[in-house]
Amino acid sequence: MAKRIDVSDLNIYYGNFLAVENVNVSIEPRSITALIGPSGCGKSTFLRSINRMHEVIPGGRVEGKIVMDGQDLYGADVDPVDVRRQIGMVFQRPNPFPTMSIYENVAAGIRLNNKRMRKSDLDDLVERSLRGANLWNEVKDRLNRPGAGLSGGQQQRLCIARAIAVEPDVLLMDEPASALDPISTLAIEDLMADLKERFTIVIVTHNMQQAARVSEQTGFFNLSGVGQPGRLIEFNPTEKIFSNPDQKATEDYISGRFG
Amino acid sequence: MSQTSTAPAPTGSSAPAPRRGERARRLPNWSPWAVFLGAAAVVGVLWPVFDLNIALFVLYTVVLGTLAVYLLTRTVEGPRRATDRLVTCLVVSAFGLAMVPLVSLVWEVVSRGAARLDGEFFNSSLVGIVGEGGGAYHAIMGTLIITALTTLISVPIGLMTAIFLVEYARGRLKRAITFLVDVMTGIPSIVAGLFAYALFAIFFGPGIRLGVMGAIALSVLMIPVVVRSAEEVLKLVPNELREASYALGVPKWRTIVKVVIPTSIAGLGTGVTLAIARVVGETAPLLITLGITNATNLDAFDGRMATLPVYAYYQLTQPGVPPQFATDRAWTAALVLIILVMGLNVVARLISRFFAPKTGR
Ligand SMILES: Nc1ncnc2c1ncn2[C@@H]1O[C@H](COP(=O)(O)OP(=O)(O)OP(=O)(O)O)[C@@H](O)[C@H]1O
Ligand SMILES: [Mg+2]
Repeated sequence: MAKRIDVSDLNIYYGNFLAVENVNVSIEPRSITALIGPSGCGKSTFLRSINRMHEVIPGGRVEGKIVMDGQDLYGADVDPVDVRRQIGMVFQRPNPFPTMSIYENVAAGIRLNNKRMRKSDLDDLVERSLRGANLWNEVKDRLNRPGAGLSGGQQQRLCIARAIAVEPDVLLMDEPASALDPISTLAIEDLMADLKERFTIVIVTHNMQQAARVSEQTGFFNLSGVGQPGRLIEFNPTEKIFSNPDQKATEDYISGRFG
Repeated sequence: MSQTSTAPAPTGSSAPAPRRGERARRLPNWSPWAVFLGAAAVVGVLWPVFDLNIALFVLYTVVLGTLAVYLLTRTVEGPRRATDRLVTCLVVSAFGLAMVPLVSLVWEVVSRGAARLDGEFFNSSLVGIVGEGGGAYHAIMGTLIITALTTLISVPIGLMTAIFLVEYARGRLKRAITFLVDVMTGIPSIVAGLFAYALFAIFFGPGIRLGVMGAIALSVLMIPVVVRSAEEVLKLVPNELREASYALGVPKWRTIVKVVIPTSIAGLGTGVTLAIARVVGETAPLLITLGITNATNLDAFDGRMATLPVYAYYQLTQPGVPPQFATDRAWTAALVLIILVMGLNVVARLISRFFAPKTGR
């Protein structure tokens, strides 16, 4: 079940350092939202604050509100573990569990949480997730081999399969294709197009064409200077951002002009 | 193909660099060996003249050989390769020097201890033995029991401390605990023994001797070793794996139990095994806390127990008359101890081999 996310007045800190300032945005369900911007402007930081992974970092804290379908994710009575069960994440670098086989990696969300499930149901789930991540045909004969023995692109798709196996409502992807060849990148983009039927997807990317190809909405983050907090400069439908953006900075960034 | 003006010109005019095509003069690979053989022969001839012994013979051969290799290489191949050879000679000599005590120790213990490495040594205690025969069954069992108990106490405490330090502790508390563990690492073993003795003396009065006392004394020595090695190993687990687990909605403690520990199990096992090997040969604390006995006592909660190091100590220092038989038993006890430690090291290697995460396709 895809869900809508409303962010208001969000400030994100690392200790005393304000990394991202005053973000206000609404992320639509069943759509892909792309975040672009120069390196170090706080895209990853913002993404990680959505599923409360930011506070895992010592000193990491957040001010403001993130509401998902009426539920305040940073409410006093909300358990971050529950939030992360609803909002899955795929990291920039593939990180399969090295001690687990391909099968176990996909089943990790179930197994690590000690959920009981019949073997046949689990088999089904693993197959469904691997098919969903466009990896099934490549690994169906070696499900019991270690996940770390796959190629980088396959590992990334394995991580996507692992993330969708727990059936989250929202999927966050931090530069999922930055280390991949064009073919794997295309596979992942196709995958995202499939997945958006069921999930709300937020993706960080440095690849403008990718943002233009896959997303409905695009947000542009920017920094006014070194040591300054990053800000969400513009948030608009992708078509508008890439054809006729409201802000001069957005246009400069997209067309590759700076300063 | 002549050199252009931009190419760096040779700096030293006295030693022109060999041009391309012109073969640099090289000594054959076996030449250093031949030089050293020659040096050995020269020193050998001088042996009767200067009344050398074997140590001096080796020393002179190495010094003479190194000098000769250096000078020969310098004249034939030039200073750069000569320095290379000189340093090689120094490094190899240093390695040889480091091996001398190790090899001679093993040689000494094996040659002296092999005599009594028989069935009786492993099957009988010292009850009723005056002179020949007897064994160390009671001491071997004592060492195994005490070591097992020590491991049982130290490993959970040590591992949990390491997990706390790596996964939970922050700031001042973390620094304080790390400091205390460092201090503990440096505690002299006799102090650990006195600590255990003093602790038990409070409850049971002076003169108390118990197996557990020894285990506690050894734990004081073993815990910091376990903490240190486990800490290093846990730090090696990439943060990405923890985050991957959190992102699946797995709570922190379960992430530690099911992701962090399995990932580092090989290193943890190796560290624990090496820590056991460290304490298995401790003597001083056991001397105070366990004492010695001639009879077999397998109950660590009741009275004195024998252990191999203490057994070896008493056999050597209070051998009785004639001393020969007890001295032999002492050497065999030492040999068994060395075999035990070596066995533990082999186990450590096997653990790290078999439990390491597999990446093969
Ligand atoms: N663990 C951290 N501790 C302190 N500061 C951090 C930490 N991680 C990131 N920052 C800072 O926060 C700011 C935003 O970083 P972030 O990783 O979100 O950038 P990004 O937009 O994802 O960049 P990139 O495109 O290079 O991935 C940067 O100034 C960075 O130095
Ligand atoms: Mg980033």
